[in-house]
Amino acid sequence: MSEFELLAEIRHKSGIADPEGGTILRALPALGFEEISNVSVGKAIRFAVSAASASEAVAKGEELCKRLLANPVLESFKISVIS
Amino acid sequence: MATDVGVVVFPGTNCEFDVLEAIDASGANGHLLWHGNSFVPKYDSVILAGGFAHGDYLRPGAIARFSKIMEGISKFGADGGKIVGICNGFQVLTEAGLLPGALQKNRGLTFICEKVTLEVVSDKSCFTKVVSPGTVVTLPINHFSGNYTNENVDELEANGQVILKYCDNPNGSVNSIAGIRNDRGNIVGLMPHPERAISEITGGSDGLLFWKSLLKS
Repeated sequence: MSEFELLAEIRHKSGIADPEGGTILRALPALGFEEISNVSVGKAIRFAVSAASASEAVAKGEELCKRLLANPVLESFKISVIS
Repeated sequence: MATDVGVVVFPGTNCEFDVLEAIDASGANGHLLWHGNSFVPKYDSVILAGGFAHGDYLRPGAIARFSKIMEGISKFGADGGKIVGICNGFQVLTEAGLLPGALQKNRGLTFICEKVTLEVVSDKSCFTKVVSPGTVVTLPINHFSGNYTNENVDELEANGQVILKYCDNPNGSVNSIAGIRNDRGNIVGLMPHPERAISEITGGSDGLLFWKSLLKS
């Protein structure tokens, strides 16, 4: 068994309002960032998983997201292996 | 003999005593139920009161749904027991999958604390049983994540599961939905606080209609 460090990125699903992202986007022109678009605010959650392989660790991370870390009505998620 | 009603207390729940008072004012006996205990289904109904269960960490209701008491409450609901989630309690019921949809942050990202007018649109639920559809009531709301979201909202409306709507949508909820029921009508969730509207001297008594509905057998 090895320990894998995973990152879960949780985002609003398309069609779900993202008022934080919208507020940041509206503030950017005042700072001169005219070229920035598509700002979205979500959550990033890091955790370690003991597993036999990276794919097994990712599968465990996906199960964790489905059952707790993300609400499937509002959010989508992506798991990446950090180390 | 007076009816017994359970009121669930999670760490961070803060409306349990208002709910007890509303239950008492309606002639029933309220009992506080600690979330870490097993649920013994000897009550007529169970209320999940408002507050910030488990600090609302991760998402409102996300951690509370794993509390020990929730397993017994789910079974109680499946057996036809009456369950009402108010505000944070509504969020817990959606996270637990006992009611459809989810509550996201309010449109405009503001915490809203004010009295609102609402229309009762269905009397086919345990919490609106004695209220004629079309009745307009005034109740307080007090929430940051009350923006009801459901991609199958047309189905919810067609099934008659929407029971309460805002007259002037304060938070962006789809179809101005403020309260819903499950298919059978024995499980209800709503964002407004009927327990805070039980006396004219504290601002209104429209909330009594909901408690009378709950206690009507």
